[in-house]
Amino acid sequence: MKTTNDTAAHGGDVRLTGITKKYGSFTAVHPLDLTVPQGSFFALLGASGCGKTTTLRMIAGLEEPTAGTVHLGDQDVTALPPYKRPVNTVFQSYALFPHLDIFENVAFGLRRRGIKSVKKQVEEMLELVQLGEQARKKPHQLSGGQQQRVAVARALINHPKVLLLDEPLGALDLKLRRQMQLELKRIQTEVGITFVHVTHDQEEAMTMADTVAVMNAGRVEQLGSPADLYENPRTTFVANFLGTSNFIEAEVDSTSGSEIVLKAGGGKLMLPEARNSAPARTGGKVLLGVRPEKISLTHADDAGDIPEGRNRITGRIADSSFIGVSTQYVIDSPVCPEFEVYVQNIDRDPRLTPGAEVVLHWNPEHTFGLDAAQDIDAGVETVEEEVA
Amino acid sequence: MAFVNWLKRHFVVIAGLLTLAYLLLPNVVVTVFSFNNPKGRFNYEWQEFSTDAWRDPCGVSGLCGSLSLSLQIALWAMLGATVLGTMIAFALVRYRFRARGAVNSLIFLPMAMPEVVMAASLLTLFLNMGAQLGFWTILIAHIMFCLSFVVVAVKARVMSMDPRLEQAAQDLYAGPFQTFLRVTLPIAAPGIAAGALLAFALSFDDFIITNFNAGSTVTFPMFVWGSAQRGTPVQINVIGTAMFVVAVLLVLVSMAVGNRRKRQRT
Repeated sequence: MKTTNDTAAHGGDVRLTGITKKYGSFTAVHPLDLTVPQGSFFALLGASGCGKTTTLRMIAGLEEPTAGTVHLGDQDVTALPPYKRPVNTVFQSYALFPHLDIFENVAFGLRRRGIKSVKKQVEEMLELVQLGEQARKKPHQLSGGQQQRVAVARALINHPKVLLLDEPLGALDLKLRRQMQLELKRIQTEVGITFVHVTHDQEEAMTMADTVAVMNAGRVEQLGSPADLYENPRTTFVANFLGTSNFIEAEVDSTSGSEIVLKAGGGKLMLPEARNSAPARTGGKVLLGVRPEKISLTHADDAGDIPEGRNRITGRIADSSFIGVSTQYVIDSPVCPEFEVYVQNIDRDPRLTPGAEVVLHWNPEHTFGLDAAQDIDAGVETVEEEVA
Repeated sequence: MAFVNWLKRHFVVIAGLLTLAYLLLPNVVVTVFSFNNPKGRFNYEWQEFSTDAWRDPCGVSGLCGSLSLSLQIALWAMLGATVLGTMIAFALVRYRFRARGAVNSLIFLPMAMPEVVMAASLLTLFLNMGAQLGFWTILIAHIMFCLSFVVVAVKARVMSMDPRLEQAAQDLYAGPFQTFLRVTLPIAAPGIAAGALLAFALSFDDFIITNFNAGSTVTFPMFVWGSAQRGTPVQINVIGTAMFVVAVLLVLVSMAVGNRRKRQRT
């Protein structure tokens, strides 16, 4: 693996410049500029039909871009057919060759490049994915998780500059998926190759990737580290697609120092200017967002105990569901009809039952501001569709 | 009453056995009468057991010549129809071209056309073109009517093939030719083999179209038909039985190979 690291160090970057894909009048990928740094684990996240797989296939050479270029390191590979590109793909549902055994599946790439003595390399690779015992079996005799590892081994043995993964875990059940997420992450750290991973599963993307690009309708909505995307979403799509967000439509009251003061339903809420991505003119509208787990819930009788300086709104508990580690409340508030709040089950207040009057409060630092001109529910439906 | 109950319980088995007997009885008769020693020229009544015909299968003049011709034609027709049919099947499944739908339906037309009409029309065609009737006209006709069957068999297989397998091959440094040779062909092979066998059997068997377009050439089915007018030599049954045995052996061998592979895998 040492040599791989050395060669990859000079040319493992993937650079997409103005890459576009049109099918007739439908634009699958709008002009897109993207740089995936060498050695990183990069995820393209989005709902089905958002253009993420098309983007991946353009890197692999399986799809010809309508415009734009693909660079691997310094090399322009836009015009190269897939079999001449130093990238390999782990296909959705694996696409293992059914007529070849596991050994020959893994050896396929080496043999096509005219390498005669493949035995040692194949055996080493099968060891890496813990399938040494299965070498002479046919793909259909392996379990889904094992087939998935064969697909990874078959691609990795060629020491590609970039490994492309197209929804590689989609066919596995939840438990196995978790296990394979860690496994893939381990392999990536071990071989140091650039991984570009396409998925619709936000949890998968956040668990595995260093950098996530959230795609929607053929465009990258936002790009950043998982924590950055989660804490500082810049569009409602990202805020809803990654986890859950509560939104309050508010009006800009004034700006004081680094804080923006917002008015909503008679109350005032603070928003740090640095966490606002909307134009903040006095009197203008802003969508104020906050994540459900950042909010504390206090019974209305104890409202006096809430420390100063926290954003607060009032409401009534409409529904609560106990899910073990936490309790999820739906709060009916004058500023927002269905406010979601997740409370850790540390000390449970027995008065917090449906119908109870409560005060919701949170640190203003955890508030983010978005442009009010967009659809509040963008990204919500798509998540539900994927689940169903 | 007890008998009725017994019948009810074993109805499926009995029905199955009767159907099997219905299917195989003609073959049994062919085999039994290949050991007959008939009086006169017709082999329609059992006389006595004899292996004369088996010891001298080519004893009737013209029989083995016609058999060899039929085998040659069947082989070439199989080859021609399989190559062309496989290419058509791939084109129909893989490519979107104008009139693809029309071609898809037209390819089945020869199967629907009454054979005797087809035979007469082919003869008209050959005569109008001034073609000399014989080996080549038979072969052209056979490839033509076998083609549809090959296309059907191969198309079914190609349609069920995951196109990602070929993409995976390309992704793993196989150029177009290597991809076809290493991935496409092996996976489509069972469909192609089925089409080829079907073509062989259809061609070897064919009487009507061949009879119209053979000129003075005589294939095995034509020989049997011709001799049946004057008397049926026992050798015909010998050839029939031999073909039957070869076919059964082939099936048994392929099953044994398949079973051994399965056992090796587990």
